[in-house]
Amino acid sequence: MSIAIEQTIGGLDSVEARELRRAARATLRAQLARMERRLSGLQVRGFPHVHPAAARTAGSAPALLGLAELERARDDLASRIAEAERQLAERSRRQRDARELLRRALLEPGRYKFLRIPVTELGLGTCGAWEVRPRLGPIGMLAGWWQVKLSSGCP
Amino acid sequence: MSFGEAPIGEGWCEQELRSELPDLALLAVQVRLAEDCSPRSRPPVELAARLRDLANGWRGARVVALRKQPVPSAYRAFYRQVGLDPDSTRTAIEELVLARMIAGDFRSSGLLADALALALLDTSVPVWAVDAETIDGPLGVRPSRKDELIERGSKHAVLGGGRLVVADAERAVALLFDQPQRPHRATRSTRLLSLYAIEVAGVPRLCVEEALSICAAALADRGLSA
Repeated sequence: MSIAIEQTIGGLDSVEARELRRAARATLRAQLARMERRLSGLQVRGFPHVHPAAARTAGSAPALLGLAELERARDDLASRIAEAERQLAERSRRQRDARELLRRALLEPGRYKFLRIPVTELGLGTCGAWEVRPRLGPIGMLAGWWQVKLSSGCP
Repeated sequence: MSFGEAPIGEGWCEQELRSELPDLALLAVQVRLAEDCSPRSRPPVELAARLRDLANGWRGARVVALRKQPVPSAYRAFYRQVGLDPDSTRTAIEELVLARMIAGDFRSSGLLADALALALLDTSVPVWAVDAETIDGPLGVRPSRKDELIERGSKHAVLGGGRLVVADAERAVALLFDQPQRPHRATRSTRLLSLYAIEVAGVPRLCVEEALSICAAALADRGLSA
C-alpha cells in the first residue's frame, strides 16, 4: 500500500501530499486496531492451543511509526492472524476426527480394542480419556466383550 | 473532575503527535503525602484488604479473556500502533494479573505501589507516579529528541529520536508506558507526587480520571491531596 501511495504521491511535499500520507497512516492504524482485536479473539477462542509466532517487526520502545513501518506491522499482524486461524482450523479438524472415531468406537467397541482418546483431543475439557476396555478383564478379552469407558484421569 | 483540592488536569501533547494520534492524552493530578508518610510506607489495612479481595476475583479464565475487554483491548491496539507487540511487551494490567496468577496473590510493595495497583485493577488504566519536586512544569507527551538519554530498566540507553516519551518542560521523564527514570522516581523522601495516566483511543476519559481518583484517594488515606 505504501508503495502505491508513494508512487501516486511521488516525491511531492505539498500540503495535499502530506495530508494524503497522514490519511494513509490513519487508515493503517485503524487496520492495526481491528486486526489486534481479531487476533486477541482468536487467541482467547483457541487458548491454550493457538500460539502465533512472535511479532517480527515490533520494537522495544514506543514510537511514531512512518508509513512503511506501519505497513510492515500490518503485514506481520496479518500473517500472525493467518497462522492463528490455521492453528484453530487444524485443531477443529483434529477434534472433529477424534469425535468421529469415538462415535464409531461406541458403536463397535470390538473393532477398536484398547483405543484411548484423551478428552483434550475432543475439546471437552482437560481431564480424562475415553478408553475401549474388555468387560470383566481377561474374561472379556477372551469372550470378546468390549466396552467404551470414560476414565477421569484427574488427580 | 478534581480530587479534594487538586484538579485532574490534561497535560500537553506535542503538535505533530496530536495530529497523528488525536486521541492520545496525558492526565495528571498531584497528591501531597503527610509528613509521617512515605511512598514506601506500609499501606493501610483497608487498602491491603481491598487488594486481597480483588486478587480473589482474578482466575485463569478471566485473565485469558482480559485482552478482549474494552479498555485492555484499546491499550493493546495502541501498542500495535506505536510499534510494540503487546504479547511480548505486556500491557500494565496483563503484567499485573499474570504476576498475580504466578504468585497467587497481589504482594504488597508499599503504599504507592499498592495504590497504583488498586487503580489499575479497578479500571484497567495504568497510573504512574513521579516525584513532583523533580519535574519542571506540567507533564506532556512528545517524541524523544535526537540522542536523548532515556533509562530502560537499570541502564541508561540512547534510544534515538522519535521514541514516545513523557516529558516535563526540559527532559524526558519516562518512556511512554514505562517506569519513570531514576531521578524522577518516588523515593522514601518524596512527599509531593505527580500521578499521571495515558488516555488512548477507545479508553473513555472517565476511566482515566477514575483511575487517577482511586489512586489519589488511596494515597490520601495516609496523606493529603495537594
